[in-house]
Formats: sequence, C-alpha cells, structure tokens
Amino acid sequence: MTNKHPRMFAAAVSAAVLMLAAAPKADAAWTLNMTPGISAMSREIYSLHMLMFWWCVAIAIVVFGFMIYSMVRFRKSKGAVADEHFLHSNRIEIIWTIIPVLILISMAVPAARVLVQTEDPVATELTIHVTGYQWKWGYEYGDTGVKILSTLDRASNRARQLDSGIDPTTVPNYLLDVDHPLIVPAGEKVRVLITGQDVIHSWWVPALAIKKDAIPGFINEAWFDIDPDKTGTYRGQCAELCGRDHGFMPIVIEVRSKDDFNQWLAQQQQALKAPAAPAAAAPAATTGN
Amino acid sequence: MSETHAHASTDKYYLPHNSPWPILGSVALFTMMLGGVLYLNEWAGGWAILPGLALLATMFFCWFGTVIGENQHGVYNNQVDRSFRMGMIWFIFSEVMFFAAFFGALFYARNFSVPWEGGEGVKVINKLVLWKNFNPAWPSNGPAHVGGRADGSFNVIPAFSLPALNTAILLTSGLTVTLAHHALRHSKRGALTFWLALTFLLGFTFVGLQAHEYGEAYREMGLKLSTGIYGSTFFMLTGFHGAHVTIGAIMLMIIWFRVLRGHFTPNHHFAFEAVAWYWHFVDVVWLGLFIFVYWL
Amino acid sequence: MANHEHSAAADHGHDHKPHGFWNRWLTTTNHKDIGTLYLVFSGTMFFIGGSFAMLIRLELFKPGLQFLDPALFNTMTTMHALVMIFGAVMPGFVGLANWMIPMQIGAPDMALPRMNNFSFWILPFAFTLLLSTLFVPGGGPAGGWTMYPPLTLQTGDALPLMIFAIHLMGASSILGAINVIVTIMNMRAPGMTLLRMPLFVWTWLITAYLLIAAMPVLAGAVTMMLTDHYFGTSFFNAAGGGDPVMFQHIFWFFGHPEVYIMILPAFGIVSEIIPSFSGKPLFGYDAMVYATASIAFLSFIVWAHHMFTVGMPLSSELFFMLSTMLISIPTGVKVFNWATTMWRGSVSFEPPMLWAIAFLFMFSIGGFSGLMLAIAPADFQYQDTYFVVAHFHYVLVPGAIFAIMGAVYYWLPKWTGHMYNMKLAKWHFWLSTIFVNVLFFPQHFLGLAGMPRRIPDYATQFADWNMVSSIGGFCFGLSQFLFPILIWQCAHGGVKATAKVWDKPRGLEWQLPSPAPYHSWIEAPSAAMLDHGVPDHGAGLDH
Ligand code: HEA
Ligand code: HEA
Ligand code: CUA
Ligand SMILES: [Cu+2]
Repeated sequence: MTNKHPRMFAAAVSAAVLMLAAAPKADAAWTLNMTPGISAMSREIYSLHMLMFWWCVAIAIVVFGFMIYSMVRFRKSKGAVADEHFLHSNRIEIIWTIIPVLILISMAVPAARVLVQTEDPVATELTIHVTGYQWKWGYEYGDTGVKILSTLDRASNRARQLDSGIDPTTVPNYLLDVDHPLIVPAGEKVRVLITGQDVIHSWWVPALAIKKDAIPGFINEAWFDIDPDKTGTYRGQCAELCGRDHGFMPIVIEVRSKDDFNQWLAQQQQALKAPAAPAAAAPAATTGN
Repeated sequence: MSETHAHASTDKYYLPHNSPWPILGSVALFTMMLGGVLYLNEWAGGWAILPGLALLATMFFCWFGTVIGENQHGVYNNQVDRSFRMGMIWFIFSEVMFFAAFFGALFYARNFSVPWEGGEGVKVINKLVLWKNFNPAWPSNGPAHVGGRADGSFNVIPAFSLPALNTAILLTSGLTVTLAHHALRHSKRGALTFWLALTFLLGFTFVGLQAHEYGEAYREMGLKLSTGIYGSTFFMLTGFHGAHVTIGAIMLMIIWFRVLRGHFTPNHHFAFEAVAWYWHFVDVVWLGLFIFVYWL
Repeated sequence: MANHEHSAAADHGHDHKPHGFWNRWLTTTNHKDIGTLYLVFSGTMFFIGGSFAMLIRLELFKPGLQFLDPALFNTMTTMHALVMIFGAVMPGFVGLANWMIPMQIGAPDMALPRMNNFSFWILPFAFTLLLSTLFVPGGGPAGGWTMYPPLTLQTGDALPLMIFAIHLMGASSILGAINVIVTIMNMRAPGMTLLRMPLFVWTWLITAYLLIAAMPVLAGAVTMMLTDHYFGTSFFNAAGGGDPVMFQHIFWFFGHPEVYIMILPAFGIVSEIIPSFSGKPLFGYDAMVYATASIAFLSFIVWAHHMFTVGMPLSSELFFMLSTMLISIPTGVKVFNWATTMWRGSVSFEPPMLWAIAFLFMFSIGGFSGLMLAIAPADFQYQDTYFVVAHFHYVLVPGAIFAIMGAVYYWLPKWTGHMYNMKLAKWHFWLSTIFVNVLFFPQHFLGLAGMPRRIPDYATQFADWNMVSSIGGFCFGLSQFLFPILIWQCAHGGVKATAKVWDKPRGLEWQLPSPAPYHSWIEAPSAAMLDHGVPDHGAGLDH
C-alpha cells in the first residue's frame, strides 16, 4: 500500500515542476498581486490592501513563530514534561485581547477614511450610464444620446466555444477584448450610474478599483478620476454570476486625454444629428477610432 | 450490574427501541415534495401532493400514538418529560425565526426598497432615472403597479374591521385555553372539556373569517398574492399564520378527544401544554401581524 | 484502575445490538448507529461533492473550454458547494455529535432517539432530490450556492427540486439541533456542570442555537423564491416594489451564521485534541467558552460583509465592516489559547495532533484573508474573485474538513476497538496538507491578479496558477482515497485499543471501554470518573 505513494507524490511534484518550467507567457503570467491602478482612489485602495497584507504577515510571524517554538521546545520526544498547573492567566488573556483591538483600530481608521471617499460622487463633470445585459454591456454618455454596445470580440468568441480547437494563447487579449470599448477621459471626475436589465451583473475595472453591482430596478453610483498621464486601454470583467456567459462579458475602457475625448464625443454627437437613416447605426460602428 | 452504583437514580431515562415511524416520515416528506415538484412543473395536477400528505398524516398518527401509549403505561419519568418540553420550546423558536424572515421582508420593503425606488435620501437617482413620478407611499405594489385591478390600483383591508374582530377572537381563545389549563390542574374535567372545545371552535372561526376576508380581497379590493410587494408580504404572512392556526386548532381538537378519553392528570399533561404553548405562539404572531401588516 | 472494572462490567452488561439491516440501520434509535449513518453519509457526499470539484478543476486546468459547457460548469460549482456544505460538513459534525456528546456528558443516549433517526433519514431523500436536478430538462441549478435572484429565477424545472431539497435539509438540521440542545441541557450526568463540559460539547451547544436560529430563515428565503417564480409574488422584483438585494440580506442573515456553524464544532474538536497530545488540560477553558459564545453572537450582525458591492448606504457599509473586524478578537483568543496549551506541555505528534496543528496554521491563514476581505474598500477589489475562493477554502477545507479528519483519527479506536495503521494515517495527513496548499494558495494570486470566480474559462495570464491549482486539486483528491481504506482496515481488525487509547486523553469517553458499549452510560459515571475525566481548573499563574 504505502510504497506506491512515493511514486504518486514524485509524479505530482515533477509535474508541478514541469508546469513551473513551462511558465513564461506573453501577458503578465505569474502575477502575484493587485494592480495599483490608474487613479488616486485605486492607489489608496491598493495601499490599504498592502497595509492589511503586511499586518497579517506580521501577526502570522508572531503567532506561528510562537506555535512552532512551543511545539519544538516542549516536544515529548525530547522528554518535556507537561506543567499541568499552567492552565489560565487573566493577565495573558487580557493582553492578547487588548493588542488585537489596537491592531484592528489601526486598520479600521484608514479603511473608514477611504470608504467615505469612495462614496462621494459630487462635483463630477461627466456622467456615464452603464447597463448590464445577458451578456454584454451598454453605455450611454449623459443625455448626449451617444451610446455604445460592448460585446466580446469575435476572435475570443470563436476560440471560447467548446472544443473550438483554437489555442486561446494565439488570441490577443483572449476573453478580455470587446468590439466597442468604453471611451473615457483622463484627468476628469467621471460619475458612472450602473444598473442591470435582466439579472444582477457587476461592473468591475480593477485599474479603477471600482466594482459595483448592476441591479435590475435600482441604480448604483460610482466615480473615478483617472490621472492625466494614464491614457491607454484597461480591462475588466463582469463580477457577478449572471448566467451561462457570465465569463464572457468583459469590460474594456479606453482612456483618452481630455481633449481627444471631448473631440471624439462631439464627433459622435454630429454623427447622431446627421439626418440620413444609416447614421443611427453609425456611432456604434465608428466608436473606437 | 446497575445496583452496584448506588448513587445513580434507579428510575431510568426511557430509551425507545427501534421505531418504523421516522423512516416512514422521511418517505412521506419525500413523496410530498416530489408531488409538489410534479405539480409546480405541470407534470401532474395538484392532487400529486395528496399521497405525501396522507403518508405524513399516517406517520404522525402512528408516531404520536406510540408516544401516547408509552406515556399511558407510565414509562416516562420527569426527565423524559423535561426533554419533551425543551424540544417543543425550541421547535416553536425555530418557527418564530421562520416568521421573522417574512416580517424582515416586510420591514425591508417598507423602509428600504420602496422608498429607495421613490428616490428617498441617497438613492434620489433611482427616481430621476428609473422610476420617474413613482410615489413610494405604503401600501405599495411597486413603481410598475404590479397586479391589483386593471388599472393597477388596489385597496387594503382596514385594521379596525374584520381584523380587529379576529384579534379579539384569537385573544379570547388564548384566554379560554388558559382557563382550560386551570380546570385541568384542579381536575375539573367538565370545565376543561368546555373551555378546550370553545378554544378550537374560536380557532376555526378565525380561520373561517380569514378565508372570507381573502375572498373579498380577491373579488372586490384587487388585493391578490400577485399585488406587488404589499400583496406578497400580506398574503404570505397572514397565509402562513392561517396555516399555523389551522394546525393548532386541529391539535387542540385532538387533545380535546384525548380529554374525553380521560387522558391527562392534573400534574402530568405535557401534550396539553405543548399545544397550549403552540396556541399562544400563533396568538403572538397574530398580534405582530395586526400591528405591522394591518394597522401601521 | 476503577474505570477498567467498570468497562468490563459495562461490556458484558448490555451490548445487544439489533440484527438485520432494517432493524440495525433503518429503524435504529441508537446514537452510535445514527452517528455512524451520519458519518458514512458525510463521507459519501464528500466524495460526490469532490468529484464535482474535480470536474471544475479539470475544466480550469487550462484556458479554453475543453470538457463542460458554461451552463454545466455553473451547475457543477453550485452543486459542489451545496453538497459539500449541507452534505459533507454539516452531517459530518452531526455524526460526531451523535457519537460523542452522550459519551462525553455521561448520558445513555441522545434525549430524543426517534427524532434523532428522523433527522438523519431525511437527508438521503433531500439529496436524492438535489442530485436529481442534474437530470431534469433545462439542467440543474446554475445560480451558485447563494442562489441570487433574478438569475436563479431563470432556473428551469430544477428550481422546485432544489428548493424542496433545501427545505428538507433545513428540517433535518433543525430537528438535529433541537436534539443536541435537549441532550446537553437535560441529559448531563450528575456533577457535569455546564462549565465542566468538554469544549466539543460547548461548541456544539452553541452551534445548535445558531442552527435553529439560521436555518428557518433560509427556508423563508427560498420559499419567497418559490412563490416569486410560481405564484407571482414580488419579493425580489423591483417593478413590484421588491428588491433582488432583499434576498441577499435574508440569505446572508442565514449564510454568515452558517459559516460559523461549519467552524465552531471544528474549534471544539481542536480544543479536545490539542490538550490530549500536549499532556495538559486546555489553557483558558473559560475564555474559550466565552470566546465561542461571542463569535456566535457576532455572527448575526456581520452578514452584509458579503454585500459590500451591492450599493448599501455608507453607514451600513461602515457598520458591517467594523462588526466583521471584531470577530477576529474572540477568534484570536481561541488561537492563542490553543498555542498556549502546547506551551510548557509535552507535545507528541500522533495523527490527530497533526491534523489539529495543520488546522491551527491554515485556519489562521484563512482567517487573515477573511480579515482583509472585511475591509470594505479593499473588498471592492477582492469581491467575487478567486481571492474569496481561496479565503473560504482555507477555512473550510484545512479548517472544517481537516478538523473532521482529526476527530475521526482521534476517536476511531474508541469506536472500532482497534488502532489504525499509523503509517497510512501519516501518509494521508502529509499528502493532504501539502496538496491542499498547492491547490488553494495560488488562488490568492489569481484573485488579486483579477480572476473572477464562477467562470468556466479565463484569460491566458491566469493559466499558470490555475494549472498548479488543478494539479494540487487532483493530488489532494487522490490522497483522500487513503481515508476510506484506512477506516475500512481499522473497522475490520488491527491492534486492540485500550480504553484510554492515547497517553493522556481527558474526558468521560475514555473511561468507557474500546469499542464503546452499544449503550454509553446506562449508569451515570461516578464522581471520581468525572474528576478524572474533566479538567479541574486548578491554580493558574495568578494564584
Ligand atoms: C468556516 C467558514 C468560514 C469562516 C470561519 C470564515 C471566517 C471569516 N470570514 Fe469568511 N467566508 C466563508 C466562510 C468562512 N469565513 C465563505 C464560505 C465565504 C464565501 C461565500 C460565498 O460568497 O460563496 C466567505 C466570505 C467572506 C467575506 C465576503 C467576501 C466577498 O464575497 O467579497 C468576508 C468579508 O468580510 C469574510 C470575512 C471573514 C472574517 C473576517 C472571518 C473571521 O471569522 C476570521 C477570524 C480569524 C482570524 C482573524 C485569524 C486568527 C486570529 C488571530 C491569529 C488573532 C490575531 C488577528 C488579528 C488581530 C487580526 N468572509
Ligand atoms: C465545505 C465546503 C467545501 C469543500 C470541502 C470544498 C472542497 C473543494 N473545492 Fe470548493 N467550494 C465551496 C465549498 C467547498 N469546497 C463553496 C461554498 C464554493 C462556492 C460555490 C459558488 O461559487 O457558488 C466552492 C467553489 C469552489 C471553486 C470555485 C468554482 C467557481 O468559482 O466556479 C473551486 C475551484 O477550484 C473549488 C474547488 C474545490 C476543491 C478542489 C476542493 C477539494 O478540497 C475537494 C477534495 C475532495 C475530493 C476530490 C473527493 C475525494 C476524491 C474523489 C471524489 C475521487 C476523484 C478524484 C480524482 C479523479 C483526482 N470549490
Ligand atoms: Cu454579467 Cu456576470
Ligand atoms: Cu460571512
């Protein structure tokens, strides 16, 4: 019985090692940590995360250290005899209740501060309506009438079919690309109003540290203010189980400088005003460029 | 060997041996649930739940029959009696928590979801964008006026009409069951049978009036189970309560028959008390309903 | 020794088991047989739920969809969780309660033996209903174990099957919990005062209260779901004045206490094992009891920490963040007391102790990630990612499941009368401990890197850690085969176990012979046995 496990174990380990060896991938493989993101708020949240992390590491070192020490120092095999009268001590109990309380307070204060900031969407210049559908995202810029419908791009969609035979690694931004990304300005405080059409979805852009549920019949607010120099493309995914294609309704935002953005928005509005019927379809078609 | 340990009480805790009723009970529940599934998925008619119900009734009859028999043979000592009491109390507590879920839903709808849809406080955006010109006054069947009459309107049953009467009836029945208990304690069998009978008759009257009230709600008031959140909470709360009253009244009736059979002694009558407790529980739930559903 | 004589007497006194399958198992009223039924059921469900997990890990082994279509994948996720929680962990603990509580408090059996049998036999039927959803038209429930509407209202014919299954599981747990409470409150041997009860009994008492308070609320929630779907109610329909989020509040009012239902008995088990193998009674017994009670209380006022992203008012988010953080204090007290029990002890490392020590470390890791999740703004990033999946598997697998394993390794000789194969036991432990970390630790990285949970396919930058996790999963799964093998061997022979089995076990169960007689304490244990059995809270540092 027992002699067959070393083999199983060895197999598993060598397999794991092989995997590790076969690692290097194009896009950020072996990522270990959260993104600091592209806004003051996202960095606040990132540092909150790191603060918590280091506290936990510190506590773990102390607590685990103590446990390991007692196990090694007082192990029976080294002839340790139990001190059967060392059974309780109010002093110690009080100490190890107070210290955690203090630690928690030192965590709660910054946490509360950041939380209050996230909930304050005042003084926003632009409002974007976000609507989750099974399984795509709809965007509308305030009352300009400019709309974007954002669905999984064709390449990913072809590759993600059951037994498509297409190797996902050959598809650029597999599952994280859409036909028409959301265009947003940098260096401007933007308010997003999020709701759902059919079931609950959740609009999540890690780079903005925003995740808000899109709830049918209710509207949730969030806001972001991207650093002026952080133009570019950022990707997220729907973060609330919403049915069979929950995994296939990514969110892509294209951050443009304030001027480029306003120019683009104006152009879209023009396209809308233009009488001809096909124009109606135009905005969707022309978004992105 | 037992006698060797003098300190142990010689009066042993009664441990029943093998019993077929629990497994029958599980089969009954399973059959009933299966019937419910067949019915809801329209694979069969409503009759589908009857076999399960029948089995369940049989199970209760046999199981309680066994317990009553054992009790009559005096195999239960006070400790066993205490187990039964504790069991009943905690069972009632779990029932309380079940109702709490529905009261919670009512509370949440009235204080949060409906006002929020009406744009109250921080949620003003809901009114501005989604539910323009929705007046979140309670009672409400929501911004889309779900259910109700053709025009989506509906009326509610005024607290100080039939519901008030029902309150009086239930409270009285709570009193009469206590009187019955007193009679039992002072072994006044005549008074006992009278007050007990009166109790479950009041109970059935209450159920009858509720049924009548439901009829009116459906026919005249546009108040249906499907009338938005008000109809949902109203009928689920009063409905589950009505079901409990019915069960309680039936149990009281059974106790009454046992009284006629000469069961129960002035200081040994757990079944009577259990049912009495249950009755007070449905009484209290009703007070909650009257205040939070009908009145406020 | 006195207790040995007693054992002999007890042995030959009353050990007449009923014979035949029907009498022995279907209609039994004996706490040990029912305990065995529960444990066998739990083990079976662990393997079924585990097979679902293996399918999940198989699909996630590499990017692209190879085996399951997305809907089936979601069904696997949902079923995996429901089976593991309601089928593996909860019945596992109830089985241990059935076996051990009467033995530990000096009672002849559970207080309500017939109801005890009822509570168990509801379960196989409940899970027949639940598992049958895999075969109904429209596929099984795929809304996740949290069953959020409106999504779950889109379920096909499987919906009523799932809901009624949950009703039955609820009924079973409530009846079982009532039985535990009544047994502990009414069946304790003379002299077994509340504050002398073993901690396993204490934690189970408190768990039982959580159960009867939480399960009916779940029943209410799924009932509303049922009526919303079939009878036109509007509980979770905004158009009618309801709110999908209302379900989440009701569900998590049950759901959070539920997760402590899955850990408090584990705390109890660890509090039994560590003293036994540290050669001294539990440190800070009273503190442990009060800590357990405060955890139970807090568990009812933290539920919305699962809902930080639904858009609650700021005040509620603050409240639930702070109340959640508070829970780490009583939990910390427990961890510290366990560690200090080993301090100045004489620690030996038999299999039960190994599982308990692994629990100490890995549960704490799960707790730390829990604390991180409690920080609302940070949770905006963690919520619904694999970071959460890593968190709860650390508290559930090396937490709850390891505790159950430890309990079995601790009490198995008492049940079967034989020692088990120590070598095999250690193999099972080490393989499980290594691979459970290979399985779940990388999921922290995946979550932080941005991989959402409940997805059948993922972007290529998540490929590597997923493959590692899957390999860990397969190896962990395979290692679990050693467990039934070992138990089977132990049940069918092996070195005869003494009454005490271990060097310095404390508690009344060790004063019964091994295997324990069919009826535990027909005679209440003598005062002497109690004194030997339960720790005297003697002089501490301050005296
Ligand atoms: C056994 C089950 C169990 C246990 C014990 C816990 C314990 C805890 N959990 Fe966990 N949790 C789950 C099971 C469990 N959880 C499950 C199943 C989910 C997901 C449900 C779903 O969505 O499907 C979940 C999700 C979950 C969330 C929601 C995440 C999200 O969806 O966004 C949160 C957020 O606050 C949370 C927090 C906590 C906290 C603070 C604890 C605390 O109790 C932990 C306390 C312990 C410690 C802190 C470590 C030991 C302490 C010390 C060593 C002392 C010193 C420490 C300090 C002073 C900090 N849990
Ligand atoms: C006590 C509860 C419990 C337990 C024990 C487990 C155990 C395991 N869980 Fe579980 N899990 C949950 C509770 C639990 N889980 C919950 C609540 C969720 C959330 C669901 C939701 O999102 O709604 C979840 C979700 C969940 C996910 C995320 C799915 C998703 O988001 O889509 C994953 C993915 O890796 C996973 C994996 C595993 C694995 C590999 C194990 C392993 O520990 C299992 C090991 C056991 C075995 C493998 C069985 C024994 C062996 C066999 C059956 C033989 C076959 C084996 C081979 C062929 C190798 N679980
Ligand atoms: Cu949309 Cu998940
Ligand atoms: Cu929780």
